Amino acid sequence: MSADTPVKNDHDGNDNPPVDGSELIRFDKVTKRFGSNTVLDELDFSVASGKHVTLIGPSGSGKTTILRLLMTLVKPDEGTIKVGDNYLFHERRNGHLAPAGEKHIREVRKNIGMVFQQFNLFPNMKVLRNITEAPVTVLGLSKDEAEQRARELLELVGLTEHLDKYPTQLSGGQQQRVAIARALAMRPQVLLLDEVTSALDPELVAGVLDVLRDIARTTDITMLCVTHEMNFARDISDQVLMFDSGRVIESGPPEKIFSEPEQDRTREFLSAIL
Amino acid sequence: MNWDWQVVDDFMPRFWDGVLVTLQALAIGTLISFALGLVWALAQRSPLVWVRWPVTAVTEFIRNTPLLVQLFFLFYVVPNFGPSMSPLTTGIVGLGLHYSTYTAEVYRAGIEGVPAGQWEAATALSLSRSRTWRAVILPQAIRRVVPPLGNYVVAMLKDSPMIATIGAFDMLGEAQAFSNETFTTEALTVVGVAFIVIAYPASLLIRALERRLVR
Repeated sequence: MSADTPVKNDHDGNDNPPVDGSELIRFDKVTKRFGSNTVLDELDFSVASGKHVTLIGPSGSGKTTILRLLMTLVKPDEGTIKVGDNYLFHERRNGHLAPAGEKHIREVRKNIGMVFQQFNLFPNMKVLRNITEAPVTVLGLSKDEAEQRARELLELVGLTEHLDKYPTQLSGGQQQRVAIARALAMRPQVLLLDEVTSALDPELVAGVLDVLRDIARTTDITMLCVTHEMNFARDISDQVLMFDSGRVIESGPPEKIFSEPEQDRTREFLSAIL
Repeated sequence: MNWDWQVVDDFMPRFWDGVLVTLQALAIGTLISFALGLVWALAQRSPLVWVRWPVTAVTEFIRNTPLLVQLFFLFYVVPNFGPSMSPLTTGIVGLGLHYSTYTAEVYRAGIEGVPAGQWEAATALSLSRSRTWRAVILPQAIRRVVPPLGNYVVAMLKDSPMIATIGAFDMLGEAQAFSNETFTTEALTVVGVAFIVIAYPASLLIRALERRLVR
């Protein structure tokens, strides 16, 4: 996409906070266990609106769980997660925080989009409908509006000529770019990227990362990114969070984390993967 | 034993009556079993335990008792409590109900075969529950279940003569009655051939459908 047609974050009528660098996501003492395994241990962290944050750390350190919590694919055992002014899993009733109903969760979740490692495109729908399905049925856009939006996004990801194909007719890299367009079609405030290049053949990685760099540069969307592509993380991140055993052990701008980390654990991790 | 074409000729009017009954039972029974099976499969995934549990109990019960017993029950017992139906209607309902408990299992496997990532993508896009089912899950599940569903159509065809026991004379029922009256056997052979003539094209049709759907 060219610089003169930025994707504007107009939030589709949700009453979202403005994009002004204020706090958009806050985890407060979030604990998540899977069986006896504590994946997140009273985790606190926050992300400012419009920032691009990369989560790094050894596998099993809880990075992906953070994204899955935000996408409401898993529920926290303890603690609260706030997106804008709303709690994701709780709503205020009579001054108390109570577990939120499905409707509340859906409403808050509309501000969040996610791109998965395995793309997860709908194989029974052509590319265009993969992108228009949710804008039409969830946001209530007309078919024409949604298709217009989808065409713009397909241009952004460089796949205009493939809109009439089924996902299985595309390469992995192309599928992932469609998945990015599909997530953006909902105009989310937050885009979650869960190891989006890990399932791709090496020669297809660059195309996907270029698209994401473009989006990071030209939009005000907030990004949370779990990746093993350290060069990409260095390029797009405002902040890097180093995770270990369910806690943030170090955070800072990428220049600092990648060049002069304070923690031995971070140094070890980086030297192992770089 | 001699083959007598004259006997075949005499049987023909009753044969066509029987064919009509068989095809009606097969067509409507199939529709019932396909539709009801999907209802069972969805109900068994209901978050409500008072929906899930009774449906599981009923379908297990039906699947594990003989079709013949169910036909007798529907024909001789049910009218004592509710409406009485004609033999053919009873037979069609019995076949459809019985096979719906098998198609339910087929649907269940098809639904479970849809990768978890599809549900997650639907959640990530905030699709409603019903939209997720209709637009994402079922289209993929049904594509997977067409071949095994088709096998049950052929199985139902082969079980259809059982409805003759409650007086719905399908083609085999007609043939048996005719043979007993005339002390001949040609009619039974004719019907045996007729089963192949119906079943084989049906299985070809299913395979063609499968090729179209599987992508």
